[in-house]
Amino acid sequence: MTWLWFFAKIGVALGIIFSLGPVCIMGDRKISAWIQGRVGPNRVGPWGTFQPIADILKLMMKEVIVPDGVDKVLFLGGPLIVFIAPVFGYCVIPFGNQIGEEKLQVVNLDIGLLFIMSVLSVGVYGITLGGWASNNKFSLMGSLRASAQLISYELTFGLTMLLVVMMSASADPLKSASVDLSKIVLHQAEYGWNIFGGATWWGLPSGLIGFVLLFTCAMAENNRLPFDMAECEAELVGGYHTEYSGMGFAMYMFSEYCSMILSASLIVTLFLGGWSFPYLTDPADHSFLAGVISIGVFFTKICIILFLYIQLRWTLPRFRYDQVMSLGWKTFLPLALVNIGYMAVIGVFLEKP
Amino acid sequence: MDAHNPHADAHKDAHALVAHAPPGLSWLARASIAAYLPSIAAGMAKTLEWMFRPAVTLRYPEQQYKPRKGYRGEHRLKKDEQGRPKCVACFMCATACPAECITIVAEPAPWPDRDKVPAKFEIDMLKCIYCGMCEEACPCDAIELTETFTQIATTRKEKIYDKERLLKN
Repeated sequence: MTWLWFFAKIGVALGIIFSLGPVCIMGDRKISAWIQGRVGPNRVGPWGTFQPIADILKLMMKEVIVPDGVDKVLFLGGPLIVFIAPVFGYCVIPFGNQIGEEKLQVVNLDIGLLFIMSVLSVGVYGITLGGWASNNKFSLMGSLRASAQLISYELTFGLTMLLVVMMSASADPLKSASVDLSKIVLHQAEYGWNIFGGATWWGLPSGLIGFVLLFTCAMAENNRLPFDMAECEAELVGGYHTEYSGMGFAMYMFSEYCSMILSASLIVTLFLGGWSFPYLTDPADHSFLAGVISIGVFFTKICIILFLYIQLRWTLPRFRYDQVMSLGWKTFLPLALVNIGYMAVIGVFLEKP
Repeated sequence: MDAHNPHADAHKDAHALVAHAPPGLSWLARASIAAYLPSIAAGMAKTLEWMFRPAVTLRYPEQQYKPRKGYRGEHRLKKDEQGRPKCVACFMCATACPAECITIVAEPAPWPDRDKVPAKFEIDMLKCIYCGMCEEACPCDAIELTETFTQIATTRKEKIYDKERLLKN
């Protein structure tokens, strides 16, 4: 029975990623079309809904060209690393409430937050290695940009996660702070979402700023527009995947959407109350129906965040590279530090046990 | 570049302000993120509004563009009431043509009301710039530009329209 549960949970987690991935590709194209006053893909299947399948099939049929002078192992390994990382990270995301004794989370790691953090940054190894192995100056530039961007924004990302950990500890002094994602969600379900400051009114500005910071940093780490310096086709031909064709390129493209989904889930888990919604889910209700409803709530929240991602992509122009760097180091890092300082100092004064 | 060119200086100043804010201005740069957020929100509202507007594109094979009257598309050679081509091979259109895409070879007319008829009348559609000068130059109102704008061919040869093709239009 335990094994059955295990596989069912893996199925749901993978299902969320692999079903939302093509939906994201489609959504990206359709939403961009609507924003630009176009119709978008509408030929393949009803309303063009089979377009992502056609895209993937086309890319699978194409020849994988391995140019002369590339490091073959790294060249072919890069897409794999970048593809595996977000899928791997999804195993600690709590995508629903408990059903009976089973937490709806593939692995209930105590260090879930740290695990996510490390896995999210593994993805950039794929980009960096792929760009380096391509033996092409533009690819290398793109991958260097990707890693520089990751390092710059990872700091703010981590500090914002720390803020969440502090928030989950603030309501009840007897409870210790936790980096267990399911506990963070439970805390939000009980006391209020972290975006609204968690359990306390004075946390509101901190929560809002933290949410904006985490959202932006997640975008920067996924190399999404307006932060897609790594594939800036105006300057760097095609960035790190210039030399890739066929399935290698498809994996890079698909993994971008996968890590988008992982980041969206993380944002939802950390700031938007995970699977909880007032009056709709009850943390104490462990029935099957409640579990399914909580999964639905989680799914809806991810979709909203993904929509925001896509809309932002088609609203904002791309940053210049120095602007990205100065935004990360001169604005976000101090802001995150001040945010944490505020949370810590006010927390100590107002919530002294 | 001329250092005293005011435009060059203005560009330099703007660049300095945006990219390398001097230390005294750094608080401004830091505050700019707060100023940027409302603009982002405004932009998002605008794109959201556009999402619900009807698309301006035509779904081409199903929906066709209907050119206005007077659109200058493919040529046509007109016929008179008896079904004879109106053209009298006067070379006016070929002379007027700025792209020199009209080739005419004349022959004596079989009818008493005119001297010549075209034995060959070719227009190279790839050279033609669709200016309508031939139409204006024609004294017999024999050539005309139609509203046909879809021209499909797989070889260059097909794009050289002969007399029969032009009469058919």
